[in-house]
Amino acid sequence: MANPAYNEAVVKKFVIASVFWAIVAFLVGVYLAAELAWPQFNLGLSFLNFGRLRPVHTSAGIFAFGGSALIGTSFYVVQRTCRARLFGGEALANFVFWGYQFFIVMAALSYVMGFSKSQEYAEPAWHIDVWLTIVWVAYAVIFVGTLMKREEPHIYVANWFYLAFILTIAVLHVGNNLVIPISVYSANGYSVASGVQNAMIQWWYGHNAVGFFLTAGFLGMMYYFIPKAANRPIYSYRLSVVHFWSLIFLYIWAGPHHLHWTALPDWTQTLGMAFSVMLWMPSWGGMINGLMTLSGAWDKLRTDPGLRFSVTAVGFYGMSTFEGPVMSIRDVNALAHYTDWVIGHVHSGTLGWVAFISFGALYYLVPVLWQRAGLYSTRLASWHYWIATLGIVFYISSMWVAGIMQGLMWRAYDAFGFLQYSFAESVVAVHPYYVIRLIGGLMFLSGGLIMVYNLIQTVRSPVTEQPFAPPAALAVAGE
Amino acid sequence: MFIRHEFIERNAFLLLVLTLVTIAIGGIVEVVPLFTIETTVEHVKGVRPYSPLEQRGRDIYVREGCYLCHSQQIRALRDEVERYGHFSLAAESMYDHPFQWGSKRIGPDLARVGGRYSNDWHYAHLKNAQSVVPESLMPHYAFLAETPLETDDIASRLRALRLVGVPYTDDEIANAAADLATQANPNADNADLLKRYPKAVMMPGNGREVTEMDALVAYLQVLGTMVDFADPANEHIQQ
Repeated sequence: MANPAYNEAVVKKFVIASVFWAIVAFLVGVYLAAELAWPQFNLGLSFLNFGRLRPVHTSAGIFAFGGSALIGTSFYVVQRTCRARLFGGEALANFVFWGYQFFIVMAALSYVMGFSKSQEYAEPAWHIDVWLTIVWVAYAVIFVGTLMKREEPHIYVANWFYLAFILTIAVLHVGNNLVIPISVYSANGYSVASGVQNAMIQWWYGHNAVGFFLTAGFLGMMYYFIPKAANRPIYSYRLSVVHFWSLIFLYIWAGPHHLHWTALPDWTQTLGMAFSVMLWMPSWGGMINGLMTLSGAWDKLRTDPGLRFSVTAVGFYGMSTFEGPVMSIRDVNALAHYTDWVIGHVHSGTLGWVAFISFGALYYLVPVLWQRAGLYSTRLASWHYWIATLGIVFYISSMWVAGIMQGLMWRAYDAFGFLQYSFAESVVAVHPYYVIRLIGGLMFLSGGLIMVYNLIQTVRSPVTEQPFAPPAALAVAGE
Repeated sequence: MFIRHEFIERNAFLLLVLTLVTIAIGGIVEVVPLFTIETTVEHVKGVRPYSPLEQRGRDIYVREGCYLCHSQQIRALRDEVERYGHFSLAAESMYDHPFQWGSKRIGPDLARVGGRYSNDWHYAHLKNAQSVVPESLMPHYAFLAETPLETDDIASRLRALRLVGVPYTDDEIANAAADLATQANPNADNADLLKRYPKAVMMPGNGREVTEMDALVAYLQVLGTMVDFADPANEHIQQ
């Protein structure tokens, strides 16, 4: 029996969707890695070409896998921590689920059919954007409505982060996707801003898709599931207050570090760099708060592979939020920008932080939602953990080497003062690292498939006699 | 703290409003001045709206996601200027809706690729990049040479662009279809076209129809060629 006090049906749907899209994202990513190692994989087919397939990978990873995990867990967390059923009833929650899945399918199909807007991470055509806006407003109404009708006097910290994620993504999505269509019947249109202003707005959007979709939202996940799985309160309430406000204030400024040395005015670049470096502090504040929550419960890492994923995720979060500020320094960026170092950095964040914290939440949620005693196999989850971790190491270290090598080759001079290498020579030089990256991706995908098998077997295992239900009165982790 | 946080976290509406205010500040400070500060986009001679064929080529470039592998932004760094040419000016992308500066160079920068290679080289390279650059990772775009260019909506495209700020004249919009056909026909009289769109490069075409490949090459051939950096009138942009 599901807990009748809460709408868990919609959470289950999002959990299934999240697992499904994770595999799609990893699969497309692996295929793209193969295309870069051996361009014959493009097969001369327009819809398989790298340029059309790459947004399928990023959208499947960020919006489909990440988004489904975020919306699903936010619905779970907000109900438990507010001790209130979702606002708006079954119908509105189901509309958000099916509306969001429809958005994903439409977006993916539009890219391969040739309707990309070619603004990074904001590729869908205007009518798909309008649809997402409607779904997102419904999502915000459910979330805020549930907060409003809560039984708990306090709003738990995880919900602050989920709320900031929902609000900011709405602002960014509308701000960056303003387009004048060539006619109401056409998917094509032209962005309202152009050139340098368009670039600034795009990276205000783009970097905060990282900051609020891939960070704030998943920090909400961290602030609920780590204390829950460790059975410990959050390390520091005060730190979480400082962490929240400083993070959301500073993040929004960081966009211009994507545009160093370009035609963007210097004052904007300098602001972007300064705030990116400052961002290191709240990021590590959050990491410390997450890790220190395990004080006295570190032994659980040996027995709970889900928690191991969550904690490793926080470690990767700390690493990539240190690497990011370093790369945002103008002189480091001169070397790193346009190279594979950036790709490696992004993946240490997305694979190490986003995917791992989601895996941790999934391993926790599936037995709870389906009323099972525990996972089908903690051994398999351990296998998943090690294969995926090793895959990330292959991925990011190969991209470090490839990226720094590209940067150095592009700026190398010979004894006569001429550029030493042609561009093509730098392409040849990175080939071995592209193959290593592909192997890393394959490992990460294999780990994902092990998880799918494990979760399916968990659901197929017999119903537990004694339903697993955390006592409602103690729903707020640690409070 | 002068406000007890407890007060905020007991009030969902207050939390919502304060969050919105907190995230609005940075964006406003960084974006709004770019529209109001006069020197953000330099005043240079030569930058013009794209010809209809070039703009359609740009649409293909956008549709295929070329920016995922090719940047169009030469940074103000010594090696980049030597490899690709004068660093990119803000003015050079002022009519780019959307901008295509890109973020990754799997292939080289294209900001000044115009005029570097012959039309024939571009056709061959787009169809099968490895036939001219064996090391290339580029997919094959032979299908563009077999796809007739959709031209019926060219006037409404220019009108939409005018709405977002590209200064197409009534005359240019009225002649859009004709200009497009002219640029893809080497035997046509191109005097009017070149008056409206100086430095537009004529495409050889296949003699039957205008293809998407013609449009894309016309776009690539004009990239970075509009500003004449030897012109003394443009001296003030040198840093």
